[in-house]
Amino acid sequence: MDQIALKEIRDLIARHKRRDVIFAAVGLLCVSIAAITFTALVIDMVIDGSPRLSWDFFTNFPSRRPAHAGILSAWVGSTLVMLVTAVSAIPVGVAGAVYLEEYAPKNWFTAVIEINITNLAGVPSIVYGLLALGLFVYALGLGQSILSAGLTLGLLILPVVIVATREAIRSIPGSIREAAYAVGATKWETTWDHVLPYSLPGIMTGVIIGMARAIGETAPIITIGALTFIAFLPPSPITSTFPFVSFEWLMAPFTVMPIQMFNWTSRPEAAFHQNAAAAGLVLLLMTLSMNALAIYIRYRLRKRIKW
Amino acid sequence: MSKVTEGQLAAGSLVLKAETKRLNFHYGAFQALKSISMPLYEKKVTALIGPSGCGKSTYLRCFNRMHDLYPGNRYEGEIVLYPDNTNLLHPHVDPIEVRMRISMVFQKPNPFPKSIYENVAYGLRVRGERKASIVDDKVEQALRGAALWDEVKHRLKHLAFNLSGGQQQRLCIARALATEPEILLFDEPTSALDPIATASIEELITDLKSKLTILIVTHNMQQAARVSDYTAYMYLGEVVEFDATDTIFIKPKNKATEDYITGRFG
Repeated sequence: MDQIALKEIRDLIARHKRRDVIFAAVGLLCVSIAAITFTALVIDMVIDGSPRLSWDFFTNFPSRRPAHAGILSAWVGSTLVMLVTAVSAIPVGVAGAVYLEEYAPKNWFTAVIEINITNLAGVPSIVYGLLALGLFVYALGLGQSILSAGLTLGLLILPVVIVATREAIRSIPGSIREAAYAVGATKWETTWDHVLPYSLPGIMTGVIIGMARAIGETAPIITIGALTFIAFLPPSPITSTFPFVSFEWLMAPFTVMPIQMFNWTSRPEAAFHQNAAAAGLVLLLMTLSMNALAIYIRYRLRKRIKW
Repeated sequence: MSKVTEGQLAAGSLVLKAETKRLNFHYGAFQALKSISMPLYEKKVTALIGPSGCGKSTYLRCFNRMHDLYPGNRYEGEIVLYPDNTNLLHPHVDPIEVRMRISMVFQKPNPFPKSIYENVAYGLRVRGERKASIVDDKVEQALRGAALWDEVKHRLKHLAFNLSGGQQQRLCIARALATEPEILLFDEPTSALDPIATASIEELITDLKSKLTILIVTHNMQQAARVSDYTAYMYLGEVVEFDATDTIFIKPKNKATEDYITGRFG
């Protein structure tokens, strides 16, 4: 190759490499927009809210005096609502996904169901709130209770759970299913003994991510009528008399973290805004720790299973 | 059927374990097997050879009704299992019953992501065996049968994935043996293994035929010659020639078989 041809090739490579550099710069800028926004948000909230964070903040009910106001009813409410959400969404979502993946015949009817589930994930949450107001609160007479709220959020994250479970089930190689069938297992035995346990990391990841979304939901909860001010806790689930467990708390009125925050931000006093920032910080930590748990579970359980 | 085998059958030294009669198999509109008829002799190793796509694995998977797992597959004809004269392909015969009598070892080792012990015990659990002492005994028996016991007896609770490829394949053989099947199907069991592991699997196959009937698919002609008593050469979904392995490899009657065996084709 002569010198001129060689130089041409080098120029060409240099020109092409410039595009690498340009894209890397643009990409970095795009990433920074997301990262900087998030960091600024967190820093602002920490500065505003952290002075209010104390043991009392967690154990006090809301109050007219900002210095005495706490998030006790809000975090207990959020926790109980999440419990109902998990208990309702996980079995229904996982069973639905298993049916669709392993049992359902592949025909137009299944296709319609699949499209519906995918679209359901995109329905605005306020619409779920309206549905729940009509169905749970009035038609089924569950009232403005923890149960109604939990079921509403359960419906909301159902598509997320179904989609995540289906993905997890699909990632199990066909050779493992064939191995189970080949020794004489039925479809149910194959599903219960193999498909479900091996897809558990994926299912749990999906469930936790869904829950992390649900815990921050405000609109549907306001729609079904959560209280904005509540100075008592739901009845305890454990009682001193037989049968020692009580489900009265399911029907109790409640509030949740985002609503408590919303309430405080709409007050004129700056001190309440500090409370809102502190509650936001707590909510953010709850969400982040749920996501961290999802990542950890995926990492731990997947280490054991390599196809 | 060759003169030799007819003579042996008459003399009673050969017993029919299964017989395929005019088997056609369709994947949707595509006919993968065309009018296959051939015997399977008890306690012998029968090899299926032929170029890729000739239908040898498809035929093997008819024996444990694996094709029932996927929609659009259709069988015609019979595979009769002796001595009870059950047609394995009959729509009224439950594929699960068939799989409880006929085990299979796959191309790639496919142990469950469970312990070594649980892998072998799974077939027993599916059959409802709950008594720990019986399961323990049968697991040991199966692992001994698969020449794996000495290597794993101290770590039965370890994950099966920690074994080497050859050990994993022997574990899969043990899993298939644990339920004492009548026929063992091998679908290219050594294609994912190194030569040393391959040799140990081949040795194992030769040992196993004293206890059960073996049908093996292989793309390796030397392997067919080494391990099998009978060989069927398949091409484009048909059995071109079936005979004693020696006859197939030394004096095939069909020109197409000879071309394939001698490497002029395939």
